[in-house]
Amino acid sequence: MKRTSFLAAALALAASSAPADWLQFRGPNASARGTGQAPTSFQPSDIAWKSPLPGRGLSSPIIVGDKVFLTAASGPAQETLHVLCLDNATGRKLWERRFQATGRTMCHEKTCVAAPTPASDGSRLFALFSSNDLFCLDLDGNLLWLRGFTLDYPNASNSLGLASSPLLADGVLITQIENDGESFTAGLNPATGANLWKLPRPKNANWTSPTAWQDPATGRSLVLITAYEGVLALDPHTGKEQWSLPKPGTTITSGGIGDKHFAVPRSGKGLAVYSLVGGTTPPELAWESAQINSDTASPVLQGSRVYALNGAGVLTCADLATGDRPWKLRLDGPFSGSPVMSASTLYAVSERGLLQAVDTTAPEGALASKLDLAATILCTPSLSGNSLYLRSDGFAWRLGK
Amino acid sequence: MQTPSLFLLPAPRPQNSATSRKRFSSQRVNSPMPRGTLLLPLLGLSLALPSPAALQEPLAQLLAVGPEGRGNPEAAAAWKSLAAQATSADLPTLLAALDQANPLAANWLRAAVFALADRAQASGQPLSPALFADFLKNPTHGPAGRLLAADLLQQIDPAAWDALVPALLLDPVPALRREPVARLTAAATAAKDPAQLRQALDAARDEDQVRAAADELRSLSQTVDLPRHFGFLMDWHLLGPFDNQARRGFDTPFPPESALDLAASFQGKETKPGQDPTIRWIPYSTPSEFGVVDFNQPIGMFKEVTGYAATTFHSPTAQPAEIRLGSKNAWKLWLNGQLIFGRDEYHRGMKIDQYRFPVTLQVGPNALLLKLCQNEQTETWTVEWQFQLRICDASGTALLDPQRPPTSPAALAGKK
Repeated sequence: MKRTSFLAAALALAASSAPADWLQFRGPNASARGTGQAPTSFQPSDIAWKSPLPGRGLSSPIIVGDKVFLTAASGPAQETLHVLCLDNATGRKLWERRFQATGRTMCHEKTCVAAPTPASDGSRLFALFSSNDLFCLDLDGNLLWLRGFTLDYPNASNSLGLASSPLLADGVLITQIENDGESFTAGLNPATGANLWKLPRPKNANWTSPTAWQDPATGRSLVLITAYEGVLALDPHTGKEQWSLPKPGTTITSGGIGDKHFAVPRSGKGLAVYSLVGGTTPPELAWESAQINSDTASPVLQGSRVYALNGAGVLTCADLATGDRPWKLRLDGPFSGSPVMSASTLYAVSERGLLQAVDTTAPEGALASKLDLAATILCTPSLSGNSLYLRSDGFAWRLGK
Repeated sequence: MQTPSLFLLPAPRPQNSATSRKRFSSQRVNSPMPRGTLLLPLLGLSLALPSPAALQEPLAQLLAVGPEGRGNPEAAAAWKSLAAQATSADLPTLLAALDQANPLAANWLRAAVFALADRAQASGQPLSPALFADFLKNPTHGPAGRLLAADLLQQIDPAAWDALVPALLLDPVPALRREPVARLTAAATAAKDPAQLRQALDAARDEDQVRAAADELRSLSQTVDLPRHFGFLMDWHLLGPFDNQARRGFDTPFPPESALDLAASFQGKETKPGQDPTIRWIPYSTPSEFGVVDFNQPIGMFKEVTGYAATTFHSPTAQPAEIRLGSKNAWKLWLNGQLIFGRDEYHRGMKIDQYRFPVTLQVGPNALLLKLCQNEQTETWTVEWQFQLRICDASGTALLDPQRPPTSPAALAGKK
């Protein structure tokens, strides 16, 4: 596809998705920031609906207009792959498509085959599974194309499970299949599923998800990949490297993106914040701290601050420009999902299903509210409008109006 | 190197069906050949099933999808056409088309069946349970269509499904055995009935169900021979250590890869200063009931090393089979001198049937050679240098070497 076509596709995307939509893992550009105001003080009556799911999943719900999409996996070997569409207003199932995995389904018991969060361009849904099966459907459940990456690239798998979520950047579908075997990241034509480019990557398992940053000077996006070997910025249209940073990132925690900054969790411990420059110029290191950790949960950037949640459940707020830490707050963890932000409220849900809302404007940060959903929840919450969405292995929830 | 086929292969064709295989592409995927022998699924060939004329072309397009997205645009148009034209009366045709579908095409067809079922339901036209029950009961159909029929039958008429379950205990499709095996195991456990438990064990193909029946039998002081049930190869010759510094051993062709001579000696890796590095093949029989062959036992607990395991499987006939391997170490596998596959991954987990390879055994002796590499990691969970390997048919039923020795007392006693 020519570049002009991609620009047209990007414009079409902008036209077809509403501002409140949450179209991929961690929302717009994988920034983890919503545009509305989800509840800041939880009451059980805030649960708009709770809907049963047919299988396991760590993937987040995504929201497109009046529909909520989820994935799940079931069966003795998690070989049955589910793509579900729920009515956003009621939680009622509108349709479900069931497929069979064509690749390996072996996973660590804590994760599952439905680990990657689906993505949407506002008119199509892209559902990727750890088995390397990728399905594109329209919003009414009509299948448009599919891929089986393990059939294409038989050594592209991870016996602990793959987890990276696909990302749409400038109308290109980015899939990061980085593993110990045939490791690659690819840009796909979202209309056909065909490879536009396929970039060989180091043979190292990588569970992080790509992030997009839109260069304000050009309006064009960069795809940012964090890996053990460092950070890589790619042109989504070609897969060509725009810049790289040699210092290692983690292979579990995804980077956090802000308007002008990129936060990279370090391998082992620590967090580095870079000031993004644009074009092919590498970003400048703003600061780095070994005292701020994002062990599994990815950092979220908002305004002039970055928020990082460590393995002990300590949420640290730091200044993006200086690295100063105005406050730390202990939450009730542990956490597998990443925090998200709606206005000035940060939401984090513990593995035990305790949803916690943090008022980040309080001088020391303050736990504003919590709600026990009484379920194991490993996903990252999603936001749309004034609602927050979660899922467990058994249920999906919408909270708020 | 031959690529592995699907790691979730369709279950086998019935015994009287064709056993030849089609190539998904020249270097990619093998999958069992559908009923009949026509290699039809490429454009321009008509469909060898009794489909209405209007469905022939779209079904052929769906069956023609291939690797790396090949055929997706045509399939999308065909799917749309199919969804517009087909009615619930066409469901048997769509299910039967699964008999001829490669794994990607099968998912196109599944989506069409579910869309059609949704449409029928939305328009107030109930689907006929008999349609799915009849399809399910017909063993001449392949596993994919029968499993989908079972899935839909469970949805629309749970009672009809419930009534069918007992008859599926010995079904050639292992996934269809799960529910009857679970029921039989539960009933036999409650009744403390060894004969019924034995029946459940004999029918079980999935590890969890085998373990459940075996545990109950042992609790009743019954002998259980799991190595024989699964077809694990227990008796090997092991050789090592060769070097694997910087993980280079995986791609280093040490002598056994060019000539398999169990009487030969080799210069191995010097693991202690001054130690004679000469290594020889060591006969080794695993005591593990799950056939786990642990290099650390006879060779030693080393890091950055490479080992080899060799054995012979005598096949009474030339026959299709599956070699099923589990290992958390990097490995390469050869059958009769042909490299089957290799995987350069360390310590990400091991399980029974982790990797599945459809092969053809030759009559008489078949030489198996496995290369197994241990890396440099020092965490406690990286100690293992081991594998488990079995030979079975595509349903997971063990194929046994007529010269197989009796299972050892330790393995019979349930040693893990």
